[in-house]
Amino acid sequence: MELIDNLILGFSTASTLSNLAFCLIGVLLGTLIGVLPGIGATATIAMLLPITFQIGDPVASLIMLAGVYYGAQYGGSTTAILINMPGESSSAVTAIDGYQMARNGRAGAALATAAIGSFFAGTVSTFLIALFAPPLTAIALKFGAAEYVSLMIVGLISSIALAHGSVIKAIGMVLLGLLLGLVGTDVVSGAPRFIMGITDYADGLNFVAVAVGVFGIAEILRNLENEHDRSVLITNVQGLLPTREDFRRMAAPILRGTAIGSALGILPGAGAILAAFASYTIEKRVSKHPEQFGKGAIEGVAGPESANNAGAQTSFIPMLTLGIPTNPVMAMMIGAMIIQGIVPGPNVVSEQPALFWGIIASMWIGNFLLIVLNLPLIGLWVKLLTVPYYILFPIIMAFCAIGIYSVNSNAYDLYAVAFFGILGYAMMKLRCEPAPLLLGFVLGPLLEENLRRAMILSKGDPSTFITRPISAGLLVLALAVLIIVFLPAVRRKRAEVFVEETA
Amino acid sequence: MKSVRIDTTNGLCGALLIVFGLFFAFQSLSMDLGTALRMGPGYFPLVLSGILVLVGTVILIQATRVASEPIGPLAWRGMLLILPAPIFFGLTVRGLGFVPAVFITAFIASFASVRMKPLAAFVLSAGVAIFSYLVFTKGLGLPFRPFGPWLGF
Repeated sequence: MELIDNLILGFSTASTLSNLAFCLIGVLLGTLIGVLPGIGATATIAMLLPITFQIGDPVASLIMLAGVYYGAQYGGSTTAILINMPGESSSAVTAIDGYQMARNGRAGAALATAAIGSFFAGTVSTFLIALFAPPLTAIALKFGAAEYVSLMIVGLISSIALAHGSVIKAIGMVLLGLLLGLVGTDVVSGAPRFIMGITDYADGLNFVAVAVGVFGIAEILRNLENEHDRSVLITNVQGLLPTREDFRRMAAPILRGTAIGSALGILPGAGAILAAFASYTIEKRVSKHPEQFGKGAIEGVAGPESANNAGAQTSFIPMLTLGIPTNPVMAMMIGAMIIQGIVPGPNVVSEQPALFWGIIASMWIGNFLLIVLNLPLIGLWVKLLTVPYYILFPIIMAFCAIGIYSVNSNAYDLYAVAFFGILGYAMMKLRCEPAPLLLGFVLGPLLEENLRRAMILSKGDPSTFITRPISAGLLVLALAVLIIVFLPAVRRKRAEVFVEETA
Repeated sequence: MKSVRIDTTNGLCGALLIVFGLFFAFQSLSMDLGTALRMGPGYFPLVLSGILVLVGTVILIQATRVASEPIGPLAWRGMLLILPAPIFFGLTVRGLGFVPAVFITAFIASFASVRMKPLAAFVLSAGVAIFSYLVFTKGLGLPFRPFGPWLGF
């Protein structure tokens, strides 16, 4: 069986002693930063990204980065359960019932449920990736420049569709991101663009600087807006092991959550978040005791946590097979690959099979390490929650500065961080989503390159995008998404007008 | 006469996008545009920035009709002290060297919080600098000079 051979290759790559160690370090660091309140998974990864570049080997570095991702996600769930402060929106659902469980003295059981659910979901979705990635890459290999352009348009439009808040602002963010991605030397003509005479930006704006600024610094600034005491309710977590009754109640929600998450995770944008919400809604609907939801129902933790993790995992599928990021985390993985000299896309699986299958296997190992390590270490994470924020962020700032400087030893990258920090904060205050901007930033140069190539291949005839069947299909999909997005928006605006008239 | 009220959040957002769009558009115009067949360096960015200006304008027009969430409190102290921290690191890491630059970066950032006391900030920053030296220079072997020429090394 080819699948088995591939998985064996993957596991033998991922389970070398050094790769296991990097996976472990990644998971630990990810949890460590992710558990700090107010710092979500995206910001965590942005800040730890430079550290992974210090490892010379691309496989080890991406394995560690994936470990950081799972760790950060788990850290986010921990804060959601213990202090009702979800690190990011996908664990917001966990906070509803998880925090109530913690208040009822069942924090241990809630944390264990989250870990078990995530592990199960992670195992299933790892196999799904192994199963579906190769046929998808086979299709993707048939892609020409025109198909790539259309595919990226689908990705960008979906990221707009799934952004929170205003659609038009999300479109603006994508455009701004695309433009910022073009800063630097034009690959075709060699002309410098938008660098305002600063030759240090000739290689383009540093991806890490943009990610850290827009996600990390902006979040620190927001946390500094009003400094108030966090009440850490739970100082001592006991009774980690769920009871037999708990296991009975969590089984079905975990299965359903895994299924929902695996399906929705492939969607560009915010599949994992959508999956968590969908899972919660379904569990509440099928439950015999819907009145317990919101008051500490274990199903309300088990389902969304599984869905969330399954979605996080399957979002690797488009990234690994097509080289198209579906969320900011995947955009960072792409950025990391490019910095390591790997061209993301369908060729990765044939040119770098060890890397491809190694990452897939390391996902399972990472999830395994999470459950083995984090449950015993819960006490340590709880202690971390009591560290005051004003001590944390100077440390974070110093490490961010070192990390960014270590990528290229370019001082201008640090000035860019400050710029993107204030831009990210401004966007946050103006209710704009940063995720589409980052996707645009990563895709900008790729989109332009393929667009130019497609136009040259078609001798300047733009109809190439609709006469090639795959490309046309993708564009129809993009159009459909756009129409769907605007339909409810139209409805909402009607509602607003209605409110104004009656008021 | 009914006065035109502009919603601050959306108004500023639209204006910001228009400013960015115009910046990129003017820069693009000074470059070779080429044709649709052979696009020059200015072609694609000009198209994008044109749409961006359009989007910004739509948001600006919307701002006169629909009220959105208010901007809320701003972290002035945070911006004043957090943002210069990486800039300062960039300016001094070569001259002063890695260790003092880390110390000063953490020290500046410390005061972004009203709760930080000078002594605590000093101890914290010194700790971060020593830790960074041990981990990044000794442990990971990053090729940064711990102390730079400005200090006579």
